[in-house]
Amino acid sequence: MLSRVADSIYWTSRYIERAEAVARFIAVNLNISMDLSTAGNQQWMPLVTTTGDDEKFSEIYGEASKRNVIEFLTFDRNNPNSILSCLINARENARSIRERISAEMWEHINRFYLMVKDVGDAEGILDDLPDFYEAVRNSGQQFSGVTDATMTHGEGWHFCQLGRFLERADKMSRILDVKYYILLPSPQHVGSAFDDLQWGALLRSASAYEMYRQRFGRIVPQNVVDFIMLDKEFPRAVLHCLTRANESLHAITGSDIEGFTNLPEQRLGQLRAEFAFTSATDIIARGLHEFIDDFQKRLNLVGESIGTTFFSLQAA
Amino acid sequence: MFSPGGSPRTNCQLLYEHIQELTSNDLRKRKTAAERSMIRLGITFNVYGEEQGTERIIPFDILPRIIQGEQWSWMSKGLKQRIIALNMFIDDIYNEQKILKDGIIPEHVVKSASSFRPQCVGMKPPNGIWCHITGTDLVRDSDGEFYVLEDNLRCPSGVSYVLQNRQLMKQTFPGLFEAQFVRPVDDYCSQLLDALNSLAPDHIEKPVVAVLSPGIYNSAYFEHSFLAQQMGVDLVEGRDLVVRDRRVYARTTKGLMAVDVIYRRIDDDFIDPHVFRKDSMLGVPGIIDAYRAGNVALANAPGTGIADDKVIYAYVPDMIKYYLSEDAILPNVPTYVCWDDAQRDHVIKNIADMVVKPANESGGYGMLIGPRSSKEEHQKFVELIKANPRNYIAQPTLALSRAPVIIDDHLEGRHVDLRPFIIYGRDIYVLPGGLTRVALRKGSLVVNSSQGGGSKDTWVV
Repeated sequence: MLSRVADSIYWTSRYIERAEAVARFIAVNLNISMDLSTAGNQQWMPLVTTTGDDEKFSEIYGEASKRNVIEFLTFDRNNPNSILSCLINARENARSIRERISAEMWEHINRFYLMVKDVGDAEGILDDLPDFYEAVRNSGQQFSGVTDATMTHGEGWHFCQLGRFLERADKMSRILDVKYYILLPSPQHVGSAFDDLQWGALLRSASAYEMYRQRFGRIVPQNVVDFIMLDKEFPRAVLHCLTRANESLHAITGSDIEGFTNLPEQRLGQLRAEFAFTSATDIIARGLHEFIDDFQKRLNLVGESIGTTFFSLQAA
Repeated sequence: MFSPGGSPRTNCQLLYEHIQELTSNDLRKRKTAAERSMIRLGITFNVYGEEQGTERIIPFDILPRIIQGEQWSWMSKGLKQRIIALNMFIDDIYNEQKILKDGIIPEHVVKSASSFRPQCVGMKPPNGIWCHITGTDLVRDSDGEFYVLEDNLRCPSGVSYVLQNRQLMKQTFPGLFEAQFVRPVDDYCSQLLDALNSLAPDHIEKPVVAVLSPGIYNSAYFEHSFLAQQMGVDLVEGRDLVVRDRRVYARTTKGLMAVDVIYRRIDDDFIDPHVFRKDSMLGVPGIIDAYRAGNVALANAPGTGIADDKVIYAYVPDMIKYYLSEDAILPNVPTYVCWDDAQRDHVIKNIADMVVKPANESGGYGMLIGPRSSKEEHQKFVELIKANPRNYIAQPTLALSRAPVIIDDHLEGRHVDLRPFIIYGRDIYVLPGGLTRVALRKGSLVVNSSQGGGSKDTWVV
């Protein structure tokens, strides 16, 4: 497969996953803020902080009102990680590899982009927010479905999987981080109905609520961390994502899953192994936020090495 | 569609009846549905000079244009004859130059053409064929005759719209296709792939074929991508390719992969900075060297543009006579070449009635349409012609035929032309029909998509 094509497939899939994740972020906050609004202490800035784009945001908007944050994260073309920017990038990448992906995949991305763009161009968006973010989530999930069902499960598909699962691992960890920022667990809240509601909202926006209930029953913060970070079977759990990404990486190179033949395999393999052999108790003991921060840095290094190993046109 | 008397032509009867049954609202609805589907499918072209990445659809008229089978056989014969002669001409020009020595075409006309590539002298492409893919523009005059307006032998565009338009028409009028025998166009891409495969050296069993595009900002990018997709081959850009030891390779995730045949959609000027324009970033340094060594086949071959020059075009009937000892089946539009003193005088005297075209522009740029222009514009073109007579030809304004087009909720006549596509591999294949382009502005003669033209499906029945 051409290096440039592999690069574009990987990024198309990452950007779609990212757009979906941003919609999930906002949904957590919308959910939580509905219950907090009476107390008058809505918090929107943490949302920007967790995406890592706070500097850019302060520069353009200044005040972190609900409207500003939603605009910035959803429709602002100046924010490279807004939902609309992600879809523009996904579409541009997909357009450059139309001959390598299925017609259904291209058509789906094109429609997805047009849907978000049209909503952004229309007035009065703030009234229909929950529906809109749900539509974005659905479209993101449909893309995975269309891809799995229409693209040959060969090298290109594995690059697609690699992009999707690395992005999902990163963003799931950030969704957990939102909770950390918004409500630092204070002793009097832990286990209260209020806390239950908050963690429930988080699980829902991760599409994890029902599966969590089946696995653990009662909502207990430590178990939520366990489920989101370390579950082997839940397809959105970070460990599961790392496992799937690792499998695709090895399918691409054809090397033994137990070892490594290049830098990305080494880095991703190590990271996955650490997740497989840690526990929620360990994570909380180390500090959830610190753990997530470190994880994201190492995930970035995996991404970088994938770029230099497979996509760099200078290589070979 | 209609005969001069106003009644529908024989083969259009069924379509005519079908349309009669539709209300104007139905027609409009079907047209909107077809155009929406083009946006959804991303069947677009890029507009130059606007914000980068601006995409538009080519307006699509859902009334097909119908050409009768017998007439098509005759046109198709004429196109084959023409493409054989043109290929013999190109081969001759870059090798023995007999036609110049015999004085059929003045040597200075050929050598002064901006599309003449001295770098190609002595080249011998596989099977002696230079131009594998041609899109020849035809127009129909009020006398009902088809004339060749120009030959596009470099990177002719539009075939993807022919194929997509047909798909859209099947969705729009499914009943008509069942009831009427319309010649299919769907095997174009198989024909193209066969022709490209035939260019590979004989010892290569399964040649690696690729389409070479300047990239997603090129106005015809949709077509490049579509053709690669339909043939199931890689779409490459210059930066994907590298030449090592006079062999072309693509950069893949697993290292370098040899490429055997390239359908290039980059002009000569930009294809190899070692040989042509040094500043080009689009091309592949060393690709011409690999081509000369016979290690990669290029379609169309570099240098074919010589026969695209509009002054050379004036001599095509003479070429047909010279190389094939036959009369041209398809006539040229009568053409005056301005380097010739007598013809130039005639053009200048009659400029108000002429269409004047520069020899090397495409896309309808830089033209004068005499009867539609002011005195000042006439004068400006007289000066241009005098300053550079070699660069201009002139043709009488034809009474171009018109076809009915849906405008709002009713039909109006608009001028049309026709671009059939011809593939020359082991055999010659002529796509039945071709792209009908429509001048959407009332009275306009300009059909180019870059100038706001639209398109129609063309049915050979």
